[in-house]
Amino acid sequence: MKQHILPAVRLTLVTLVFFSGIYTIIIFGIAQITPFKGRGEVIEAGGQKYYANIGQKFTEDKYFSSRPSAVDYNAAGSGGSNKGPSNAEYLAVVQARIDTFLVHNAGIKKTQIPVELVTASGSGLDPDISPKAALVQVERIAKMRNLPAGKVGDLVESNIQGPLLGLFGPSKINVLKLNIALDQLK
Amino acid sequence: MKAQNTSLFQGDLIREALVQSFVKLNPKIMFRNPVMFTVWIGTFVMLIVNIWILTGERSQGSLLYNLIVLVVLLLTLLFANFAEAIAEARGKAQANSLRKTREETPAKWIRTVGEMYLDEVQVVPSSQLQKGQFFLCETGDIIPTDGEIVEGLATIDESAITGESAPVIREAGGDKSSVTGGTKVLSDRIKVKVTTEPGESFLDKMIALVEGASRQKTPNEIALTILLAGFTLVFIIVCITLKPFADFANTPITIAAFISLFVCLIPTTIGGLLSAIGIAGMDRALRANVITKSGKAVETAGDIDTLLLDKTGTITIGNRKATHFWAANGIEPDEFIKSAALSSIADETPEGKSILELAALAPEKLRVENPVFIEFTAETRSSGVDFRETRIRKGASDAIRRLTENAGNAFPEETAAKVRDISSNGGTPLVVSENERVIGVIELQDVIKPGIQERFERLRKMGVKTVMVTGDNPLTAKYIAEKAGVDDYIAEARPEDKMNYIKAEQQKGKLVAMMGDGTNDAPALAQADVGVAMNSGTQAAKEAGNMVDLDNDPTKLIEIVEIGKQLLMTRGTLTTFSIANDVAKYFAIVPALFIASIPALQGLNIMGLHSPESAILSAVIFNAIIIPLLIPLALKGVAYKPIGASALLRRNLLIYGLGGILVPFAGIKVIDMVVGLWF
Amino acid sequence: MNTEILGIVFVFATTIALAIPFGKYIAKIYAGERTLLDLILGPVEKLFYKLSGIRVQSEMNWKQHLSALLTINMVWFFLGMFVLMNQGWLPLNPDGNPSQSAELAFNTTISFVVNCNLQHYSGETGVSYLGQLFLMFLQFVSAGTGMAAAAVVIIAFRERSADKLGNFYELMIKSCTRILLPVSLVVAVILLLNGVPMTFEGKDSFVSMQGDTVQVSTGPVAAFVPIKHVGTNGGGFFGANSAHPFENPNYVTNMVEMFAQMFIPIAMVFALGFYLKKRKLSWVIFGVMTIGFLLLVVPTVFSELKGNPAIAEMGIDVSSGATEGKEIRFGTAFSAFWSIATTVISTGSINAMHDSFMPMSGLAQMLAMMTNAFYGGVGAGILNFYIFIILAVFMSGLMVGRTPELMGKKIEAREMKIAMIVALLHPLLILAATALGTTLPQYTAGTLNNPGFHGFSEMLYEYTSSSANNGSGFEGLGDNTPWWNISCGIVLILSRFLPIIGPVAIAGILASKKHIPESAGTLKTDTGTFGIMIFAVIAIITALSFFPALTLGPIAEYFSMK
Repeated sequence: MKQHILPAVRLTLVTLVFFSGIYTIIIFGIAQITPFKGRGEVIEAGGQKYYANIGQKFTEDKYFSSRPSAVDYNAAGSGGSNKGPSNAEYLAVVQARIDTFLVHNAGIKKTQIPVELVTASGSGLDPDISPKAALVQVERIAKMRNLPAGKVGDLVESNIQGPLLGLFGPSKINVLKLNIALDQLK
Repeated sequence: MKAQNTSLFQGDLIREALVQSFVKLNPKIMFRNPVMFTVWIGTFVMLIVNIWILTGERSQGSLLYNLIVLVVLLLTLLFANFAEAIAEARGKAQANSLRKTREETPAKWIRTVGEMYLDEVQVVPSSQLQKGQFFLCETGDIIPTDGEIVEGLATIDESAITGESAPVIREAGGDKSSVTGGTKVLSDRIKVKVTTEPGESFLDKMIALVEGASRQKTPNEIALTILLAGFTLVFIIVCITLKPFADFANTPITIAAFISLFVCLIPTTIGGLLSAIGIAGMDRALRANVITKSGKAVETAGDIDTLLLDKTGTITIGNRKATHFWAANGIEPDEFIKSAALSSIADETPEGKSILELAALAPEKLRVENPVFIEFTAETRSSGVDFRETRIRKGASDAIRRLTENAGNAFPEETAAKVRDISSNGGTPLVVSENERVIGVIELQDVIKPGIQERFERLRKMGVKTVMVTGDNPLTAKYIAEKAGVDDYIAEARPEDKMNYIKAEQQKGKLVAMMGDGTNDAPALAQADVGVAMNSGTQAAKEAGNMVDLDNDPTKLIEIVEIGKQLLMTRGTLTTFSIANDVAKYFAIVPALFIASIPALQGLNIMGLHSPESAILSAVIFNAIIIPLLIPLALKGVAYKPIGASALLRRNLLIYGLGGILVPFAGIKVIDMVVGLWF
Repeated sequence: MNTEILGIVFVFATTIALAIPFGKYIAKIYAGERTLLDLILGPVEKLFYKLSGIRVQSEMNWKQHLSALLTINMVWFFLGMFVLMNQGWLPLNPDGNPSQSAELAFNTTISFVVNCNLQHYSGETGVSYLGQLFLMFLQFVSAGTGMAAAAVVIIAFRERSADKLGNFYELMIKSCTRILLPVSLVVAVILLLNGVPMTFEGKDSFVSMQGDTVQVSTGPVAAFVPIKHVGTNGGGFFGANSAHPFENPNYVTNMVEMFAQMFIPIAMVFALGFYLKKRKLSWVIFGVMTIGFLLLVVPTVFSELKGNPAIAEMGIDVSSGATEGKEIRFGTAFSAFWSIATTVISTGSINAMHDSFMPMSGLAQMLAMMTNAFYGGVGAGILNFYIFIILAVFMSGLMVGRTPELMGKKIEAREMKIAMIVALLHPLLILAATALGTTLPQYTAGTLNNPGFHGFSEMLYEYTSSSANNGSGFEGLGDNTPWWNISCGIVLILSRFLPIIGPVAIAGILASKKHIPESAGTLKTDTGTFGIMIFAVIAIITALSFFPALTLGPIAEYFSMK
């Protein structure tokens, strides 16, 4: 083992410089020529800068609600609830969310509530909801904003991002973009 | 000895084995088998639990239930011991029947003074004969111990050890000088030198071997024991850690359930049968009239890659026979036949006799005046007869060629062509000359044993390469090799050729087996991985090899290879079976452990067992009775089929792997239906 | 077929299709053949060797390999302890994150050195950017270590002379520079194009549409995430790992990251076949691994799509399946697929929270780590599988009546002993550590995030993940306590190095044995029958070791939810 120590130390230092330093600098360099410049995808609306991919908390009835979040959409951290499926306490929380939703969305039947709207995401920062989860809120939004339900519905439809190339993965709606568009809807 | 003890279980053997089953409960003996020793500990713990319950403990379930678990565990141990004991007893019975033949027989000891024999004979018990001493045997005597004939010739009845009723001839000098203790002299008188110390003859060694005194674990057995010990350790870990897990889940588990789970999971089936399988392997070899010096030799036999076989006696029947007379140009065929026959009158070799047979001439035609018979010598490499002015010689073509050409006569071209022709057809040409002129060729042909091709084909499928060893010239050897279907041949073989061939094969990493009898075979027998000496062979050959074939049957090697394979396979398949059993046992015991506290786990009780107690009892009972049920298989061995390794694996995996998973499901369910009546 | 399932099929198929040619490339690298990258990387590597004073021409035997491997790993460990325990005052710490405690640094360093990347901290608050960059270095070299060890085993198969098994440093460096680095660079570019941050500016903040002030952690993520997957490390930049929108912003990055973690382990299997010119053997191994993988994937996808029966009872629309802990942009099915891929391979990066998966899925995830040989980590997968091959060869050799041999080398008592010890180690560590955890509730009970069977599963999962060097977790477990940091750290060391030492030792011993040529009686290892045998050995050993423990965890939870 002795004869290996010195080469090991020297090799460690050399590779450390290479993989922690040079590799990082190369990628940092490449980042500067990409569209987002290594700062993430940013949207500007109403003079504010938002990250398109970082979900925001929408609890007010005039906005399309985002999913529940274990970190309350505070992107300083991230994480899920990590509640097990049989955890009684957790099931009570879900039940409460359903009840709350029904209170805020009069006229919606229980069977219309999609499960993703009452369960928290893994990151706590999920920027998306499913089209179903948006559509079930259309009636409330229309009522709150005094807009025809059809118009809000059309807005939702136009914000649906379909599967990749129309082939792979789920359809989804970015809640932030939808709500920005909603604010702009006259 | 052959054909006796065909039934696996004889009354007296069983009695003996039953006694031994109990004797072997001694922990000191049990300790040698780690798997069964852990069962022993479990049984001991259950005994204490039962005593504990008798003193009033209530948390461990009913006394009856615990008592049954104890009894079943004890039975498991006894069954495993019985398996080993019955295998040993069977071996011992064989050994005893041999030993009987050579118990104290009176020996006629010849006193010697220096190198001189005294004519005085003293009768002593055979056990007093020391190595290097001499004894005398006359008609009707039983040969007292193993030895080598130094003087005389005798016909001997060896049926006591070989089962072969035809008497054999043994004589001083050469390769047939060895006699075995216990055989009987039918005629004549021989002086024999003792070659083994008392108690060290082959039979003595073999007896010690099967009685377990000198039985050592083979490398393969050791590796398997490691595997089994590994599995046992896994289940020790599983069972020990299960206790805190169960406590965490608030599900108390009784000690009986714990021990039952453990005993069912560890590979008791193979653990209990392992030594029986090993002993049975040697026993099977013995049954084939082969005495092995160690269990390892049998195992190695299963791995043999290359088999060296002597042509004569193994591949061909006895000796060559004359099949045709080919007169040279300008010679009357009848004249030639007559000359050929004359040259063979004094020829005592089987070839010579066959020439006379083929010639079929009336004896008076062959009467000549004052014949002088010329014996075969290594120098002239020809034999023949001289009478009056006529000199007839018969010999190998190059010998006769030298003879004729030295005399200034040409060796006829057409004869040379005939010689080549015969050789390439597997025959042996003998050229006959009269007064140093070639008069024709006698063709000798080998007769290949019927059915031998199939045996070689079978060996080939096992992956064994067969090599024919012969003194014939390469052309003849090639022809016979092709016709018999051997893979390779050594022509014009000298003893050192065998040795070199073996070394070359071993260099390539192959395992080589050979059979031999002569003293000059001894080095090769020692070099070979499996050397089988014929019992009729010299003492040196028998010492050098690691097996002795009592039947002196050259094809025995094939049987030995199969016995070796069978031994390994029996171990492998029963290990697989044993481990595969665990799946069903899990489904019986694990739900039973937890159902009381976690009723939802009823879903795991896919066998629909009656109650937790009945499930556990059924599993341990199954675990116990599978051992005696498999004893016959362990002793007989799993049948070997030469269908290629992959196909064989597929077959055994299906029977013993899949079977091992399914059988206990059915077995435990059936037992549960009975046990469930009470529990 | 719906688009979610189609996405899985597409990624899996592409991965295999690209892994085959890449396997050929890997075989070339280890055989020292010329490749295109020689031009650029040749001089770089030469510089490495020169600066370190290493002569790569001198080949090593198996003992020297292990000695070099263990020594350099020790150096990394001490350096790592230093960096993490002093990151607070060291440069590149714009968020002002504190230095790690000794026991957390111990756990973190070990965890990254052994390619496990169990994270008992959250990336946002637990490490500085310097710390992240150092951990990134470890992600390269720890993967390189595993690959080098696997390469030694592969080389030992071919070499007839025992003492020339290549040079450890060269194998390790080439694994990093020729295999991990180029792939990481390509992945990094794709991530950058999809909005993954690469900045050193520290936390950003904005006021949300509803008027909340929100802080946003960011950093040099685009450099970190590729090697996390390519090296099957799995240590996330952020707490939420690849569920975080900055680590994995959309379906494209999700597919690429999935691909990046799967394809080198599969390529290693094919590299073995190309290197030894035994391609059929590769297909058999690949087949066994794939069957095992699919047997775990299918039930998991199925049970996640079926959803939580307890929530279904509440009468809402559960057609999206079990969505707790999952991101909308990946979908339930792909998250289920990812959860098995990441546990089968020892990545441990997650794009959904395993703690919230259905019991059957949790069972499959744990089984994936308990077998730890279906694909497995880069290098480690081959090493683990090697042990199972040894056991399978032994059993099947016996079943066909021949002393067992592997590629012409007899398997005897010594090799069996080593193989058995390594095979035993995994259940021993998992079960014994979990047992210890359950008997000491004063250290563990308070850290559980869920009651009952699921709580037990959290503990079992944590040690399973540690012992499998996986690094994922039932993350509800409050694992940043001295108990978890130290106990997991110990499990990690043992479970990393013994399974490297064992196979390398066996390979070295076998290499020095006499080679026996094949005959008709030789059991061929490149047949479907032998594949079934290996599979049976893996399945039986795993099932037999873990069935009772799993019964009290996910199985009991499953039946009680029915």
